[in-house]
Amino acid sequence: MTQLFDENGKVVPVTVIEAGPCPVVQRKTAAIDGYEAIQIGFWPQLKAKRVSRPMRGHFEKVKVAPQKQLREFRLESAAPPSYTVGQVLTVALFGVGEKVRVIGTSKGKGFQGGVKRWGYRGGPETHGSMFHRAPGSIGASSFPSRVFKGHHMPGRMGGALTTVKALKVVKVIPEQNLLLVRGAVPGPAGGLLTILKRR
Amino acid sequence: MDTMRRVEEPLLKRQLPEFFPGDTVKVQLKVHEGDKERIQAFEGIVIRRRGDGLRATFTVRKVTYGVGVERTFPIHSPLLEKIERTRRGRVRRAKLYYLRTLKGKAARIREHRTS
Repeated sequence: MTQLFDENGKVVPVTVIEAGPCPVVQRKTAAIDGYEAIQIGFWPQLKAKRVSRPMRGHFEKVKVAPQKQLREFRLESAAPPSYTVGQVLTVALFGVGEKVRVIGTSKGKGFQGGVKRWGYRGGPETHGSMFHRAPGSIGASSFPSRVFKGHHMPGRMGGALTTVKALKVVKVIPEQNLLLVRGAVPGPAGGLLTILKRR
Repeated sequence: MDTMRRVEEPLLKRQLPEFFPGDTVKVQLKVHEGDKERIQAFEGIVIRRRGDGLRATFTVRKVTYGVGVERTFPIHSPLLEKIERTRRGRVRRAKLYYLRTLKGKAARIREHRTS
């Protein structure tokens, strides 16, 4: 993340995202695949040796350079906007001021207690208290005689798919394929993200 | 992090004056009042510089009417009209937080002289 200054000189926190160029590699249709979708690629694989044979065929068939990442996006119908194989999607798709949705894998936090993972308040640290960060009661007694499913407990945290909604596009730099959105985005620096335009 | 530098580079201020913790500086700040704009000065001792690139800030401390006042400015903020060094100070650390507990004569800083 970095920061920019707006027209009033106020600091705006932004995340710099390298977005695209993403060539459309495959167009899935209801007739053949049972649903409407496009498959787009990102990050060209320059070393031919690292592309497996089946993938090489997949790319050669549509005359698109091999990509390291592929991701599919469902389309609601075959209606416009229409996409053709080989078409390249770029940051030019996004406009300043537009709200976008960003999906990524959050940073793994390891095994965490209830206070960090679920926001338990915990107990007093001092004044003779012996109840600090423990989970406390996890249910009643003879009824129901069991712990309800899905009860918030300590465990693995992070490393899960996370969506951040309504991030504002602050700046678009098409020459460098960069998208600057206001605020933070899930995952580590250099992590892979999915950016969705709002409908 | 090369990408980050490419984004920040064109927004950095060129020709920044040289100043360090311990120096006394006069910061000329643009202030909006209604639809008018004027310049306000804030003069004091630089007690801290932190951050890198576009995110760099510095903190100026002064004592007005016996009350210590500290303001932190982003170095590359467009609201900073000018930073002027009025006195060079000789100090032996980068963060001068110890000044907060001192007052009067003890809070003075020796002038840095280059011979």
